Amino acid sequence: MAFTADPALGVVFERVVKRYEGVLALSRLSLAIAPGEFVALLGPNGSGKTTLLRAAALLLRPTAGLVYHTGGEGLSPEELRRRIGLVAHQPLVYDELTARENLGFFARLYRLPDAAGAVDAALASAGLAARANDLAGTFSRGMRQRLAIARALLAGPRLVLFDEPATGLDRLGRDWLDVTLDALRRAGATLIVSTHDDSVASLASRSVWLEAGRVVQDTAPGFQGRAASEVGR
Amino acid sequence: MSLRAAARVVLEKELRVELRTRELTQTILFFVLVVAGMFSFAFEPTAAESRRILPGLIWLAFFFAGTLMLQLTFVREQANDTLAALRLAPIDPFAIVLGKILANFAFLAVTEVIFVPVFSLFYNVGVGAVLGRLLLVLFLGTFGLAVVGTVFAAMTAQARMRELMLPLLLLPVLAPVLIAGVEATAALLQPDPSLPREWLALLGGSDVIFLTATWLLSGFLIEE
Repeated sequence: MAFTADPALGVVFERVVKRYEGVLALSRLSLAIAPGEFVALLGPNGSGKTTLLRAAALLLRPTAGLVYHTGGEGLSPEELRRRIGLVAHQPLVYDELTARENLGFFARLYRLPDAAGAVDAALASAGLAARANDLAGTFSRGMRQRLAIARALLAGPRLVLFDEPATGLDRLGRDWLDVTLDALRRAGATLIVSTHDDSVASLASRSVWLEAGRVVQDTAPGFQGRAASEVGR
Repeated sequence: MSLRAAARVVLEKELRVELRTRELTQTILFFVLVVAGMFSFAFEPTAAESRRILPGLIWLAFFFAGTLMLQLTFVREQANDTLAALRLAPIDPFAIVLGKILANFAFLAVTEVIFVPVFSLFYNVGVGAVLGRLLLVLFLGTFGLAVVGTVFAAMTAQARMRELMLPLLLLPVLAPVLIAGVEATAALLQPDPSLPREWLALLGGSDVIFLTATWLLSGFLIEE
């Protein structure tokens, strides 16, 4: 896993609205996440967690409201994206390429100075070294998830967004995920993890509950039960 | 990362995926072979008739083969949401589109290099003396098809009726390219071949305009 000395990125949502063909995914949602925080994003299916993560990753434009990053002032959009990692529902890798080719492709896009070394390290870290030259399409769900996480962390992002990262992982995989999240936290990266998994949520220093596209509860050490209205609405 | 370097990385990925799956090239090679063979056996044209129908037939075959292939360009990025991974990368969005345009152009150009002699054989029209100029005309037109087709493929990738929509959207926009291509090809296949500059200029000019518009709009093309 690569770590960089770049400062962590925070993200602020100001009265964000997102509609998909009439369906309201985010409803005037306001939330501020400071650089270096580890936030668990909780809530029922359809509560807006994925949309919030994709907005934080700059993958979608809000229908209304504002999403911006703190700690990255003055960075170009490319440099900002370089510091954001996303583990999404889908693995974001090519089934037709091997694990090594997938990571090599992204290492080149991210201009990693020692791309081959970074790829080897990422494969070893994810426990995929033995299957490095196998097509990603032949991987089990858990192995694809490991590859997806390795891809997201390849360039040492400073804001890492995880959407149900434990999906498909076996017990060993979950242990690896816990270790990975802890290493990222200790390295000072900002982590936002959407999860239904209590063990993953318990690692976070703050939990944010979403319902119907709104923040309904927001806790942090010392700020238990903080009302959403105080977070930045 | 420079636009050129990023587009090259995307292009290499596209070529690698295609070499492994052969989905696109098999589709277009088979389609063009069927068109060339069917019309040849159906009409059994004389050399004079061939000179009249062949330019239109060649362009129709490559146009529809192109639309079949281009539909898949962005659709296959949807399987694992890999387009999101590309959009997250610290590169100019135009590099993603340009890499795909160049890959699509390469697949179609290879098909043309293979099938121009096949058309020549099936329709008994010699192209040896004008092969270089004929390929120049075909490549200029094909580049326009690859640019506009890739753009519309991006726009229609999530549409339900994309198989129908893509050719319907492409035909009016590509009309100048197709007309210029057919006219220039017809002039080249005459017993006294020539290459009118106006058709060549229209092909080249269209390519420049299409590519410039794509560069300006690329950020919106791959948005969610």
